[in-house]
Amino acid sequence: MAVRLATDVYGTLPQAPTRNGYGEGIVSAGKKNKDIVVLCADLTESTRALAFKQAFPDRFVEIGVAEQNMATVAAGMALMGKIPFITSYAVFSPGRNWEQIRTTICYNDVPVKIAGHHAGISVGPDGATHQALEDVAMMRALPNITVLVPCDAIEARKATLAAAETKGPVYLRFSREKSPVFTTEETPFAIGQAEIFRDGTDVTIVACGPLVHLALVAAKMLEKEGINAQVINNHSIKPIDKKALIKAARNTGAFVTVEEHQVTGGLGSAVAEAIADTWPVPIRRIGVQDRFGESGSSAELFEKYGITAKAVVKAARDVVKVRQLCSVLHAPPVESGGEPGKLLSEITPDQDFRLWGGETIHTVPELKEALKNMDDKTFHYHVNARKNDFSSWIDHCFGDRMLAEALRTHPTKEAMIALIALRLKEVKD
Amino acid sequence: MPAKKIDDEKQLKLIANQIRQDIITMLTAAGSGHSGGPLGMADVFTALYFTALKHDPKKPNWPERDVLILSNGHICPVRYAAMANAGYFDRKELLTLRKLGSRLQGHPHRAALPGLETSSGPLGSGLSQACGAALALRMDRKPNRVYCVTSDGEHDEGNTWEAVLFANKMRLTNLTVIIDRNNIQIDGHTEDVLPLEPLREKYESFGWHVIDVDGHDIRHIIDALGQRTEKPTCIIAHTTPGKGVSYMENDPEWHGKPPTPEQAQVALTELQHWRERIQAGED
Repeated sequence: MAVRLATDVYGTLPQAPTRNGYGEGIVSAGKKNKDIVVLCADLTESTRALAFKQAFPDRFVEIGVAEQNMATVAAGMALMGKIPFITSYAVFSPGRNWEQIRTTICYNDVPVKIAGHHAGISVGPDGATHQALEDVAMMRALPNITVLVPCDAIEARKATLAAAETKGPVYLRFSREKSPVFTTEETPFAIGQAEIFRDGTDVTIVACGPLVHLALVAAKMLEKEGINAQVINNHSIKPIDKKALIKAARNTGAFVTVEEHQVTGGLGSAVAEAIADTWPVPIRRIGVQDRFGESGSSAELFEKYGITAKAVVKAARDVVKVRQLCSVLHAPPVESGGEPGKLLSEITPDQDFRLWGGETIHTVPELKEALKNMDDKTFHYHVNARKNDFSSWIDHCFGDRMLAEALRTHPTKEAMIALIALRLKEVKD
Repeated sequence: MPAKKIDDEKQLKLIANQIRQDIITMLTAAGSGHSGGPLGMADVFTALYFTALKHDPKKPNWPERDVLILSNGHICPVRYAAMANAGYFDRKELLTLRKLGSRLQGHPHRAALPGLETSSGPLGSGLSQACGAALALRMDRKPNRVYCVTSDGEHDEGNTWEAVLFANKMRLTNLTVIIDRNNIQIDGHTEDVLPLEPLREKYESFGWHVIDVDGHDIRHIIDALGQRTEKPTCIIAHTTPGKGVSYMENDPEWHGKPPTPEQAQVALTELQHWRERIQAGED
């Protein structure tokens, strides 16, 4: 069951950048625990570390433009019992100080929290050098660390607080641009737990960060095409909620992932890994496709890099089609499954298929062509809740139980055309 | 109980000699590891573990302990040998160095052996961890002191100099860095690979209190470790890599390899002769 979100999720929502949630989160965490300290590498205002500096000047450390020093000073402070939040842009931290994070934070297993700001292409005009697109990959490869990508400013605050209370190292990813605030105080948030933000049965869209809202918008668009999409907010990239993802894979059988990161190594990869060994399903990964960003407005860049609701809709459509094909290929062999070779054979005139309009069909390739031009009325005369004439005809006259079964379980025109084409190709090969 | 501070110079020299013999024995048993650096730093580690440091070998996490961060992790055999001789663990365990399942990892790992404070090996990141520790202790108004051992070679790393700047900014008077100034690194002499001189002036201009010492004069080292000013302290310990084993001394060849069993016999015989001279009061 989907969790409760803001009342007007698809309407006009308040806008705020997730970095604001970081600022609020560190101040709340600082009030709760006096061991929390914040370090910043000369970006105090834009990362919202300023709020903490003003609230707790004695527990704020200005490091200067020295991200490697920031990570290692934090490690040293953590060794003495502090819980440091290190703050910079994600391209620099964890970008520049990765080895320091690896050895002195993750290998040491100390509670340093790495806040990577201005992540993704949405940073916009600053261009490629300042658009972190590999940070999640770099971080999630490390043992002992938790990786969180909150979806809006409210969740960003919750994630920051949760990070403060988690034992080991945590990586938190934040965005610069304003984005819809669509969760509420009551929306559940727990590390390692994916949340279903929309119920659906045909395809699962897994997203993280502000793009979760884009996924919801895409799901709404898909609804109009008769595709019922589930949306999962996968804020916890590591540990990943394997159980929830496998359950979704079993239920819908088709995935689309959406992220503002290289599709290699990020959310898409993490989701694929999570389900691959138990319940693999076809996946389309929306994100940055192995290239660098560039200058432009955030909206222009999303359009150019193919990270739009329209792109998600198309990917969902595609992946549903692939699932239908895959289900045939991977279907267990039907007992006495008939002889696929017969699919191309001639049948006697008394076995011809007579369509509702009067036209007759006497080969399977002809059926495929007929389906392409068939009006809905004719199609539903033959394929409806009570019967599937095409499936029965193939079974009885050509003895191909596997194709017959596939057509019966995928009773749409589009799917049937694809399935027949696939089966014919298989037989010819 | 906190470790007793040893004042007798002859006794300290004998301990340093034992540490050197242990280094040879453990490296030979391991079949890999670094020889030059550990032998060169035996006197500094003797001064640290037997006089300067406030610590308790039976309670490695004693909250009142002084913190010793080893930045150049590859010289860990000297730290392991010093810790074993100080009573942290049995000297027999030294023979497990670099072996599967050993607490004595090839480069030190904090989670493996209590008392190490941090994991290290990748160069240039120890001094900033020491800065962080010193800062955290000062925030909590604790008197513990932080010592950090670094190599001269790792001053090639930018991260080291970021920390040198930072310690000055934060006025970390509770911090002492000891630089193993042995003039060698893997590819040769430091002044050929990437010149560091004038090292003393560099630190001074960065706002540190700098003391040059003979890294094999234990009395001198102890004096330097005890100095306190209104600045962070830097001790440049001039050492001879491979000190005590004549065929290893000052030879970059011996930076990163252990002796063979035959070479180890020669080394141990030499070290034993040195020991006898110390006992006879001739050294």
